[in-house]
Amino acid sequence: MWLTRPLQERSTQVFLGVLFAALIAVTALHLLMPQDSALYVSAYTVTLLGKYLCYALLAVAVDLVWGYLGILSLGHGAFFALGGYAMGMYLMRQIGDRGVYGDPVLPDFMVFLNWQALPWYWHGFDMAWFAFLMVLLAPGLLALVFGFLAFRSRVTGVYLSIITQALTFALMLAFFRNEMGFGGNNGLTDFKDILGFDLRTDATRLGLFLATGIALAIGYVICRAIVVSKLGRLSVACRDAEARARFLGYRVERVQLFVFVVSAMLAGVAGALYVPQVGIINPSEFSPLFSIEIVVWVALGGRATLYGAVIGALLVNYAKTVFTGVLPDAWLFALGGLFVLVTVFLPRGIAGVLQRRRAAAGPREATA
Amino acid sequence: MSFFEELTHRDRVFEFLAPAPSPVDVRHGPILYLEDVSVSFDGFKAINNLNLTIDDGELRCIIGPNGAGKTTMMDIITGKTRPDTGSVWFGSRHNLLALSEPDIASLGIGRKFQKPTVFEALTVFENLELAMATDKRILPTLTAVMTAEYRERIDEVLALIGLTGLRDRPAGILSHGQKQWLEIGMLLMQKPRLLLVDEPVAGMTEQEMERTAELLTGLAGQQSVVVVEHDMGFVRSIARTVTVLHQGSVLAEGSMDEVANDPDVIRVYLGEEA
Repeated sequence: MWLTRPLQERSTQVFLGVLFAALIAVTALHLLMPQDSALYVSAYTVTLLGKYLCYALLAVAVDLVWGYLGILSLGHGAFFALGGYAMGMYLMRQIGDRGVYGDPVLPDFMVFLNWQALPWYWHGFDMAWFAFLMVLLAPGLLALVFGFLAFRSRVTGVYLSIITQALTFALMLAFFRNEMGFGGNNGLTDFKDILGFDLRTDATRLGLFLATGIALAIGYVICRAIVVSKLGRLSVACRDAEARARFLGYRVERVQLFVFVVSAMLAGVAGALYVPQVGIINPSEFSPLFSIEIVVWVALGGRATLYGAVIGALLVNYAKTVFTGVLPDAWLFALGGLFVLVTVFLPRGIAGVLQRRRAAAGPREATA
Repeated sequence: MSFFEELTHRDRVFEFLAPAPSPVDVRHGPILYLEDVSVSFDGFKAINNLNLTIDDGELRCIIGPNGAGKTTMMDIITGKTRPDTGSVWFGSRHNLLALSEPDIASLGIGRKFQKPTVFEALTVFENLELAMATDKRILPTLTAVMTAEYRERIDEVLALIGLTGLRDRPAGILSHGQKQWLEIGMLLMQKPRLLLVDEPVAGMTEQEMERTAELLTGLAGQQSVVVVEHDMGFVRSIARTVTVLHQGSVLAEGSMDEVANDPDVIRVYLGEEA
């Protein structure tokens, strides 16, 4: 079975081992330690870590298309946000009559706008299975249509990056409009519960954190399975010598489309897990700046390694939390400086340093 | 959609009922016909009323000064460039002008580029694996497994192109000549009926050239091979029939000696070198 192939390789085993050990450790420290202990992990921290894991999954999705397919997407935030909105709509419908205006069907912002009925595209989101399906389908369909048009016209390189950037910007402007029916610039918030569990309890938060960790593990294995398959080698081939691949009889645009759609769906799942943990989704997730930030995480961690993307996302976001706490104004300078330093001194990112060190320790296993 | 469109064509056998990949029809001899082909770029006639026929199993060399249209001709055959007028047929059944690059490749036309183009980040073995004649669609590629039979075929080709020792090294570290061989090896994995080889010995040493000549002459017979080359010594060593292109059309055709003594050829091409 192609999907389980990565489970036999050491790098994936190590990754999953570390990830699950971390999940168990956080859970144990949260549940078992007394609250005044220095080792106690608060519910706030658990949720913060859950948020980092969402970003890590998003970074893995970006690394799949950028690292292995050479498609620099500067608009992956759009897929993340669409997944987030699908989840947000489900959570809004779960509020029921507990909203400020007490309307049994309409979310608060619609009552406020004097809408009489639910727009057609809000139907079905009261059912969890439908909403979770949309988490995959909404970003997947957008990626399918966008990718079909772009790849068929052989748009690649910088031009593709620019139009992905335009895509997310256009969506941001659209979602800012109240008439769109997604809550305008306030977005969707004031969520109450998910699948019947109260979102404000520590237990639900821990559950969401663990769910995110498992989603990251599954997403990583899926990406890794693609990478180690013949299709993964073909992706690298399309990245480096597109014309050669085409003359060998491969439809390069379909390879690109397939991987792009898979990546968009993973980004959507990351967004869907992000929303219940941060408690809000608004159009700022569509901002081009956010999409660029994702690329910085991947570059910093090391392209075309997948685990590098995870390391990059965790490190940068931890740094962001610390920096914005201490020196809020300095964060963007720090991020910019970090990016410059990495590009100049660590062109292959943190993963590149790890690989070199392993290669120096013993030439047992060379990974390209 | 196209499935339903197909149903409405009542004048021919439905494609899904027809015997899958229809074989190349070479009963009439030639495997490739180019008839009255012309193409111009911004007013410049790169190919001008070109007529060319390649027989099945033939080894043909095409020579000509720079700008004679040799590479453009290959672009037209492989579907990269569409001609303004003319027709191109593969065997007597397949109209190449109606097909895309991957379709043409899967029909059995392999192409080696002027500049050696291999997948540098992949190993020599993986390069050949990707070139192998298998199902090239997405899902079959995703679930593909390396069988013993495939491995054997790859190892055969590795031995043929003399790269067995470099099997698991990235193709990026190969020398220029080795990359050329690897690319020829990739073409062989495709099991093509017709091989288009653009300047196979550019930048090669004497010994490397000899090996390449052996390789190409060994292929003729089973496959048809079209070689575009500048190096006259090399062409002389492998050629049976030589076609001279000049300003986008055929200037002369015949054995190397006939061509070399043709006054027109001496004037436009060999004369410049002498």
